[in-house]
Parts: sequence; C-alpha cells; structure tokens
Amino acid sequence: MITISGLEKRYGAQHVLRGVNVEVGRGSVTAVVGPNGAGKTTLIKAILGLVQPDAGAIRVDDLLVGEDCSYRARIGYMPQIARYPHNLTARELLTMLTELRKAAPNAGPMRRDESLIAQLGLTGQLDKPLRALSGGTRQKVNAVAAFLFSPDLLILDEPTAGLDPAASEVLKDRILAERAAGRTVIVTSHFMSELEELATDVVFLLEGTVRYAGPLDELLRRTRKANLGRAISHLMLEAAAA
Amino acid sequence: MTLFSPITTKIVTCELRDVGRSRWLFAYAAFFFVVADALLRFGGADKALLSLTSVTLFIVPLVALVFGTVFLDDAREFTELLLAQPVARRQLYTGLYLGLTLPLAAAFVAGAAIPFAVHRIGNPTLDVSLGVLLAVGVTLTFVFTALAFVVAAFVDDRLRRMGTAIALWLVTAVLYDGLVLVLAMLLADYPIERTLLGLTLGNPVDLARVLLLLRFDVSALMGYTGAVFQQFFGGALGIAIASTALALWVTLPVALGLRAFRKRDF
Repeated sequence: MITISGLEKRYGAQHVLRGVNVEVGRGSVTAVVGPNGAGKTTLIKAILGLVQPDAGAIRVDDLLVGEDCSYRARIGYMPQIARYPHNLTARELLTMLTELRKAAPNAGPMRRDESLIAQLGLTGQLDKPLRALSGGTRQKVNAVAAFLFSPDLLILDEPTAGLDPAASEVLKDRILAERAAGRTVIVTSHFMSELEELATDVVFLLEGTVRYAGPLDELLRRTRKANLGRAISHLMLEAAAA
Repeated sequence: MTLFSPITTKIVTCELRDVGRSRWLFAYAAFFFVVADALLRFGGADKALLSLTSVTLFIVPLVALVFGTVFLDDAREFTELLLAQPVARRQLYTGLYLGLTLPLAAAFVAGAAIPFAVHRIGNPTLDVSLGVLLAVGVTLTFVFTALAFVVAAFVDDRLRRMGTAIALWLVTAVLYDGLVLVLAMLLADYPIERTLLGLTLGNPVDLARVLLLLRFDVSALMGYTGAVFQQFFGGALGIAIASTALALWVTLPVALGLRAFRKRDF
C-alpha cells in the first residue's frame, strides 16, 4: 500500500532520515519503533505530506505524495499533540472535518463512524469549548477524528500517550478490530507490550536508518527473544557494538 | 463564493467562528470604539478624525502583527491536522489568512465607525474622509497579517518570532518615518524629493499616512516635504500610484507567505 524509497530529510545540520526504504503492505499493522529522535514522527509526517523530504519518494497506492492531496481522503491521522482552536467545540470540529472531506475533489461516498464517541465517554463533552477540556479528553477527540471516516489507512502517532487505562483499552480494541477488517495501520508508541499486541510488522529506526523492517514473528525468531521489547534492545546493543 | 474553493470557504467559516469568539477581538473593537467616542466628545469631528488617523496608523499594524503571530502559533497543531486532510496547502493558507484578517478588519471598522454613526455628523466631506480612513485601516490589516505569516514562516523559535514581529512594527510604524525625516533634514540642500517619494512608497504605514494626511488637507503637518507630496499625491496620477503601491503591499507579503507556507515542514 505504501512504498517509501530513498527518503532523506535534514533539519539544518541534523540528518533525520538517511535513505529510508520501507514497504507497508495492505492490511498490515506496522509498528514504527526506535529511541527518541530516531525519525519516527518525521517518517510518519512525510507520508502525510506534512514534512517535505529532501530526496526520495513516497507512493500511496501508486499516487506520489506531494503531487496532489486527494490520497489523504483515505487516511485517518492521530497526531501526538492535541491542540485545537480555543473557542470551537468538539462537535463543531468534527462537523468541520466532515464538511472538508465532503468538499474534497472526487470524494467518494462517506461512511461516518461515530461509535468511538460513546465508547470513549465523550458524549457529554461535545458541546464544551475545546480549551475547557483536559489534555486526555482532547486526545480522545483526536482519536474520534482519526477513526471518523472509516479510512483505509490509519496513522497513529503515540495514540495512547496521555489516555487513561480504560480509554487506552478501548482504542487498542478498535485498532484490533480495524486490523481484523483488513485495514492498514501505522502506529508508533513507547510501550512495546502494547505494540506487540497490535502489530503484524515492525520497522525499527535508529538515527534515521532502518535497522529492521519485516514481520514481527520473524524479528522474534531472528533475535531469539521472547518479546518485542527485548528484541529491540537486542538490536540496539548490536548496533552499538558494531 | 466562486472566488475560492469550497474547502477554503469551509476553513474560513471555521476560523471566523473561532476568532470571532476571541475576547481579544472584542477588546480591539472596544478600544477603537472608546477612542473614537472620546475624541468625538472632547473635540470637533475634524480633529477627532485626525487623531483617530494617528491612532489607526499606530495600532492597526501592531495588533495585526501581534494577534497574527499569536494566532499562527496557536493554530500550529490545528494546521497540522488540517493538512492531514485532503486539503491543498494553498487552500489552507487562503483559509487561515482570511479567517484571521476578516474578523480583525471587521472589528476595526465596527469600533471606529459606530461612534461616528452614533454622534450623527451629517457632513458629506467628513463621511468620505472617514470612509478613506476605514479603507486604509482595512488595507493595513491585510498587509500586516500577511507579514505575520511571513515572519511565522521564516523564524522558528516562538519567542524570536514575537520579537521579530514587534521589531517589524517598530521599524514600519515608528522608526521609518523618523529616519526619512532625518534624511530630509540632513540633505535639505539637495534635490532629494524623488528619493523621499520612493522611500514613502517603500513603507505601507508611511504610504497610508501620506494618503490620509493629504486627504485631510493638513499636509503642512508633514513639514517641508508636504508640498512635494501634495504635488505628487494630490493629482489623480499620484493617487493612482499610491493606491497601486498599497495594493502591491498586500499582494507581495501574501505571495511571499504562500511560497513559504508551501515549502514549510509541519
């Protein structure tokens, strides 16, 4: 579904992505892992067209990212930080996103899925101004917005950071349901156990280069470790020794 | 609205709703209301308009730059979210720009014009002058919110961004005029009228000031260069050139801001 080839990105003197090649298959749940500053968020933002790479190309189903924006109609994105215009309510925000998607060129029929609103306990919060909501509640609004349009591709950047345990479980169940329905998901997180529950594939980034990209079980077999956390720390030690 | 895509219109509507509920916007409108009202109560309508001109040339650029910078800082994550939708950068830029500028311009017009309507000055010449003042104030709003976009695109650090915005205001609204005057005095013995005219065209606030003061027929206030300006800007050609220059002052930063917005990483 997504083909990333030779992706390079520099921020001034910082070389954030150094020739990244990744293939994300349709229906896979890909966990992007790596230490802070490894380039995870930059990679995700490049797929969304938020960050413009210095070299390399990204294709989403043969559509070249950067040429036109219509491919984003099929993406649901949950960013790390949730901040919105202060004076809008959650309901107004969701309505606005719906109208934007309807107005998009060659927008197909829309399947709106609001089930997360009730599941995350947001029903009573919809008409309060967003500035009055706590950080965690705003993160829930973020989650609702990402899943609202039943997208083919979900991109979730630290989705459970800042959520209470109950909401985290709701969200994880939802991701598993999407996986069962054959949707493609790209997810980052610092909780390895959580990713192990969700992911079929792993991309391990270290200092802007891909150290491993492939199925989760193959990674466990290759490193002979019992879980993802240990496998990743094994890869990091290996890299440090080399 | 056929001028903009439906997507841009949606973004503008959403931003209008947000900015329109801002307390700062009401404070801004109230400020002009109180000032205009007080000036009308304590002086004649002529004097009030003249004083209001000075206040406008000073405050409108400041508020447009500062409010614009704060708005863009606050809108950073929201911009990110909108860019993750099937929205092109040009559409989002236009939406954000109009969503910021229109409420500011409306607040200025409402605040400055309502006292004149309330006090019922039935003087057609004065009404035209007020109209020109409002038009110039609106234009300056469009110029300086666009400059806020340019500053936001080129300065990464939040604090330095605000510093740059305020410095830009100091230069255009305060220092530039003084420097031109110093230059005029130092080089009084030389024929520098054309240079002075050129310098005036180079700063939107000066350009607005000259247009307004000539309109109010108080060019004597501008010292000896006043006569030169009167000669130049008084005629139809002068007004046409000055208006074109002011229009350029809107399109130039808008285009520059768009260019930077399209290349920027979020």
